[in-house]
Amino acid sequence: MPDAIAWFADIGIDDRPIAGGKGASLGELTRAGIAVPPGFVVTTCAFDQFLAALEARAPIRARIEACDPDDLAAVTALSRELRRRVEEEAMPAEVEDALLAAHRTLSGDARTPVAVRSSATTEDAADASFAGLQDTFLWVIDAADLVARVRECWGSLYSVESITYRRRQSFPEAGVAMAVVVQQMVDARAAGVMFTRSPTTGDKSVVTIEGAWGLGSAVVSGDVTPDHWVLGKITGEISVREISDKHVEHCPLARGGIEERAVPDERRHAPCLDDATLQVLREIGRRVERHYGAAQDIEWAVDRDGAVLLLQSRPETIWSTKPVAPVAESLANPLGHVMGVFGGRR
Amino acid sequence: MGDKIRSFPLPSSVAVMPGTEAAQAAYPYYTQFAPEDDARFWFYNSMHFPEPMHHFDMVTAEAAYCALGAFNTRVHILPTTKGIDHRIINGRVYIGGVAVTDPAEIAERVALFQQRAFYYYEHWERLYDQWKVKMKALIAEANGLPKVELPDIEPIETTHSGKGIAANHALLDTYRKQLDGYYRMWHYHFEFLLLGYGAYLTFFDFCKRAFPEVSDQTISRMVAGMEAEIFRPDEEVRRLARRAVELGVDGVFEEGMNVEQVFERLDALGNSGAAWRDELEASRNPWFNVNVGDGFYHYHRSWNDDLSMPFSALPGYIAKLHAGEPIDRPVEQLIRERDQLVADYRDLLDSDADRATYDQLITLAHRVFPYVEGHKFYCEHWYTNLFFNKIREFGALLAEHGFFAEEADVFHLTHYELESAIVDLSLAWSSGSQPLGPRRWPAIVAERKAAIATWAQHRVPPALGAVPEVIDDPAIVMLWGITRENLDSWLNEDGDDKGKELKGFAASSGVVEGPARVVTSAAEIGTLRQGEILVCQVTNPSWAPIFQKIAAAVSDIGGSMSHMAIVAREYGLPAVVGTGSATQRIRTGQRLRVDGGRGIVTILDEEKVAEHA
Repeated sequence: MPDAIAWFADIGIDDRPIAGGKGASLGELTRAGIAVPPGFVVTTCAFDQFLAALEARAPIRARIEACDPDDLAAVTALSRELRRRVEEEAMPAEVEDALLAAHRTLSGDARTPVAVRSSATTEDAADASFAGLQDTFLWVIDAADLVARVRECWGSLYSVESITYRRRQSFPEAGVAMAVVVQQMVDARAAGVMFTRSPTTGDKSVVTIEGAWGLGSAVVSGDVTPDHWVLGKITGEISVREISDKHVEHCPLARGGIEERAVPDERRHAPCLDDATLQVLREIGRRVERHYGAAQDIEWAVDRDGAVLLLQSRPETIWSTKPVAPVAESLANPLGHVMGVFGGRR
Repeated sequence: MGDKIRSFPLPSSVAVMPGTEAAQAAYPYYTQFAPEDDARFWFYNSMHFPEPMHHFDMVTAEAAYCALGAFNTRVHILPTTKGIDHRIINGRVYIGGVAVTDPAEIAERVALFQQRAFYYYEHWERLYDQWKVKMKALIAEANGLPKVELPDIEPIETTHSGKGIAANHALLDTYRKQLDGYYRMWHYHFEFLLLGYGAYLTFFDFCKRAFPEVSDQTISRMVAGMEAEIFRPDEEVRRLARRAVELGVDGVFEEGMNVEQVFERLDALGNSGAAWRDELEASRNPWFNVNVGDGFYHYHRSWNDDLSMPFSALPGYIAKLHAGEPIDRPVEQLIRERDQLVADYRDLLDSDADRATYDQLITLAHRVFPYVEGHKFYCEHWYTNLFFNKIREFGALLAEHGFFAEEADVFHLTHYELESAIVDLSLAWSSGSQPLGPRRWPAIVAERKAAIATWAQHRVPPALGAVPEVIDDPAIVMLWGITRENLDSWLNEDGDDKGKELKGFAASSGVVEGPARVVTSAAEIGTLRQGEILVCQVTNPSWAPIFQKIAAAVSDIGGSMSHMAIVAREYGLPAVVGTGSATQRIRTGQRLRVDGGRGIVTILDEEKVAEHA
């Protein structure tokens, strides 16, 4: 049986079935030499062992397959019951030992806080976003807390939305599994997202960057209006620079977890990134895009020393799935094209 | 708001400013607004004629529109547009396009256009080589015109040679030939221009469709030529800096120097100073025939007329040479960077078919661009400079005969009036009596001077008449960048003059803050100091040498494909062009932020300067 734990350096994008999309992508980035906070994946093998023990006590998968997705009350009751069972069931000893050993290695004597994030295996973007949307736990310090958070991530497979979606699509439960990413936490000075093409026009010649003060969760959750920049992907020229009023930021708590704080006045209207860092981000975006050969949707953070780290990169899905029309009609005689200007059809 | 017809003031509602009626009436009758003009749309050509027109300088508009219209309407036969009509009110030039809207006529013109314009595109290199030959011949003709003078009695050679024509006729002959040459120059100017811009714009449109958020300046960079004549003046200044160091005369060039003193000090240095002056003479002809403006006004003098501009660049170049820094334009590197840019954008395209079209269009754009960049040196600079200087000679002669007080007053006469004054002088010289001009012109000159001063103080509507549904006149879009969106923003702009932010074309990216230096004439060039932000009315290639000492450039007029924009990019300096009113709204000493990537200039400390003003 494969290992319960897989370090980023040892996995790649093809390991999605055991590491989930997020985990496999972080492995791939690590291997490609892109700076990501170090970490490991609690693989689906660990989940499978855990679920087998749970199933042995009382059925889970059969219950889901039997439920009617249109009966919201029934699904809600089932979800509540199954999530409670997942969160209360002890981990198999060998899984827990491996997890705690890996955590000691990652966190070290400094007890570096970690992020715990669900990493769905499904190829289905909609499903992936249901299972795991809320299941990112930041600034986890305590080992026992870590174990509980991993179980919560597993339990997210049984959220009302996730169950309903799978039943509506008639997915077999047998293939459903969840990996969990455990990663050193970046004490972000600023964080946000980057698209390596324009989200509004689909233009592949620009990179769009959005960011705000503090941890990236403030941007992803929509708690703050981020600063917004558009850069020429090739030229680096900054064509759009919208500095917003960033009234709050997400900050870590010493005891673990995060809180929302008001941003002091002197920083509220100041850009959260300088031009040099924007250019570093652009270069990283181009590298990742070249690595995958496709436009990317990236989460990034800048640590207290100013280093840029990627927290996630996934293929851009809105524009890349649209049919592409030719820019202009192909003509044997290039002079025909000037009629577009001189013919008055502008 | 929705149902209201959006309109600028009608031409008939624009009153001639009190006290300037006679000056207004003196412009040719065919430039006066007529009642029927209310039915048409006009816009103020602030791009080419940002200041009230001296009556003589109107010849530039007239000659240019004669030629532009002829090529659009009757030579190349543009399908959807004919020429440009122009009118003058309060000294300002308004222009209106003549669209072709009848589908049958358009179809007919499409066939003719493809026969004619395509011939030009297909034989571009040969025709352009030929163009340079005939343009240089035209310049040689102008250079060969005799000096404007009227001897008291004919020299004895007239007798010995049996010349049979007296000096007063030579005067008229020279004037007519010079005027004729100017009209011909403008025909040459428009022989290729629209076709060149059209090919460029075709590539531009393709890029905008393929890359909706690409900046204009990036596309300009993909197309820009690197060896056009227009870069030569600046290259000559660099050469002179190097020669000064080699000859050991570099010590005479310092910040804020006076040109006369420099010559005195060079002469005191003996042979080496003389050798440098020989080098200067070699550079001056023809390369210092660049105007410090766009060449459309008589007072846009050239480097040759005022050496302070090229000289002001010498200390900076010399200092770089002493510091061991390269001062040559890295042409090969610039070409490499341009080719890389073209290749990188090509890679972003989705299909082989798109890449094939892209290749076709960039090839065509590169083919036409040497003309687009190069013609200005021959036309707007070299020839125009000869032309206005020749008219100055007439000004000097007429002033000498008491027609008006000074040489430059001649530009207050229209070109018809000037001919009549020359005939007046010619008659008086021949009859041995006194010309009548001295009784007539001084009052008229005074009146027109006052009118121009009055007109200059008033802002004028950016356009007149009802806003058309669409602006699809390719000439207007290409030459003036006028679009429906521009017009809407002009309509909404009323009175919004107090903002601290000026918008223009993003010409060269980068963000810089620094003190402003507003420069409105070549005489002020010497006041520029290292690290200042140049704020000027027109951007022009002849200003290139001062780019080594400024931090950024801002102009009232110009587009992202203007030569100045290209030079700014070469120097890696942020530049915003075409702000409309930077020289009026910014004061020297104010701190500015110039964002060349977005085309925005922000005045950072308006109040503070206002207090000290």
